[in-house]
Amino acid sequence: MTISQLSVFVENKQGSMSRIAEVLAEANIDIRALTIADTTDFGILRLIVRNTEEAKKVLQENNIVVSINQVIGIEVPDKVGGLARVLRILDDALVNIEYMYDFLSIREEKAYIIIRVENNQKTVDLLQKNGIRCIGNEDIVF
Amino acid sequence: MAKYWQQDIETASRDQIAAWQNERLVKTVQHVYQNVPYYREQMKKKGVLPGDIRSIEDLKKLPFTYKSDLRDTYPYGLFAVPMEEVVCLHASSGTTGKQVVAGYTAHDLEIWGDICARQLVAVGADKSDRVHVSYGYGLFTGGFGLHRGAERLGATAIPVSSGNTARQLTILQDFGSTVLCCTPSYAMYIAESLEEQGVPLSKISLKAGIFGAEPWTEEMRKRLEEKLGIKAYDIYGLTEIMGPGVAYECEAQKGMHVNEDHFIVEVIDPDTGEVLPDDTEGEIVFSCITKEAFPLLRYRTRDIGVITRKPCSCGRTFARMSKPRGRTDDMLIIRGVNVFPSQIETVLIREGHSPNYQIVVDRVNNLDTLEVRVEVTAEIFSDTVTNLTASEKKLSESLKSLLGVHAKVTFCAPGSIERSTGKAVRVIDKRKI
Repeated sequence: MTISQLSVFVENKQGSMSRIAEVLAEANIDIRALTIADTTDFGILRLIVRNTEEAKKVLQENNIVVSINQVIGIEVPDKVGGLARVLRILDDALVNIEYMYDFLSIREEKAYIIIRVENNQKTVDLLQKNGIRCIGNEDIVF
Repeated sequence: MAKYWQQDIETASRDQIAAWQNERLVKTVQHVYQNVPYYREQMKKKGVLPGDIRSIEDLKKLPFTYKSDLRDTYPYGLFAVPMEEVVCLHASSGTTGKQVVAGYTAHDLEIWGDICARQLVAVGADKSDRVHVSYGYGLFTGGFGLHRGAERLGATAIPVSSGNTARQLTILQDFGSTVLCCTPSYAMYIAESLEEQGVPLSKISLKAGIFGAEPWTEEMRKRLEEKLGIKAYDIYGLTEIMGPGVAYECEAQKGMHVNEDHFIVEVIDPDTGEVLPDDTEGEIVFSCITKEAFPLLRYRTRDIGVITRKPCSCGRTFARMSKPRGRTDDMLIIRGVNVFPSQIETVLIREGHSPNYQIVVDRVNNLDTLEVRVEVTAEIFSDTVTNLTASEKKLSESLKSLLGVHAKVTFCAPGSIERSTGKAVRVIDKRKI
């Protein structure tokens, strides 16, 4: 169970982000989560949207470089120590997290985080074995 | 102190120089016609036989030699002697990744030593001088050329080579270098490093600098002279003809004397190939008339300059050439290294990158910087910074290994490289030279 994530190349230049947001808005695409990684030269915008394939298509049509890849969505209790417990399990199993960000809440009392790891299947199995719920695109309420 | 290395030659009458050139040109044309099949073919195609070349007046009948001829005959196709007689090779970059290979006989190296010794004497050096050579040693002709000149003169050559500025500063002070040979931008870097470290001019013994292999201005000359407490001189050369020392500046600092006993210089209209009169700007063309191993005839340098035969106050009678004022092709000189945009394009395509790129050249702290901006493609793009910066680094390393200079790679968005009238602007040179 993984989530399709959209990654977009963003030039380190004024107006780059608003252009992307406008293209998505015009295509009526709802954004549910986002994060941006930046270097001195460029940024990588990562998005969870309602229709990933459709979003990819409209962005490409506007000459924007984009890719889709699978990330893991994890449900954690929205309370002190909730995240720490999940990370401890991953750490003990020597799973490296490339990057991580959070999500708008879907259900009350729950928080959702996205992680990007080397081996999705192994990590999802590990989490589920420890009673942690992983979500898919269909679990995301828009 | 002697003013000239070979006074009888350097101050010969114009008639005497013409007589040498007539005799040596005829001999060289016969030599290449007999020994270089490629030249024989080219001459036959133009309907010229060695017998048609009786004096320098006939030079214009000969075909030009282009950089592409060197590529087509790579590596040894234009050598005019058997390899048994070639004692040394040097090389510089060509337009398509293929190097230009120059061979030298023992006699060629003696001549090279002589012309570099002429340069050293012209800047006031003698046997007592310590010649600090910070040009790169290796296939690049810069290091070995001046080194051979210093040895020929009987001065003390210090083969420091390029780079490692801290060591350069130590050697300058401890070894008492008196003549510094390097690119002008590296000289400026050395001067500023000395200032930064608070080394006073009294701690160094430099009196002259021989700076070449890249374009520089009179303003830069003044600054280098002030900062280093020296006289700064220009030197001109290219691997295809010999290396440094093809032309050399004297005390007058008003243009570089072409060693006309070894090379004939012409200025031509780059579009028509027509020979232009003295004191007119055009493309500089050289013919080698004493070289044995690799004697190019009418080689198109692509450098734009002016030649004058007006007398010089130094007493030398050789023609003088101006600093090159530009190029007829797109060659860039970055930290003394020749770089062609086509070389960069070759690497990009080979490694699966977009052919939409832009080269940005700048000069930061007096050192040339090269940035290659490449439009990122979906194939190269990744959701992680690690992967994307690794791709930049990998490309940067490939460029470095082909070009011989460091290039910073920057990924940019598709369509972001400006296109003027449908054609991409490939090179942005921000250097003020």
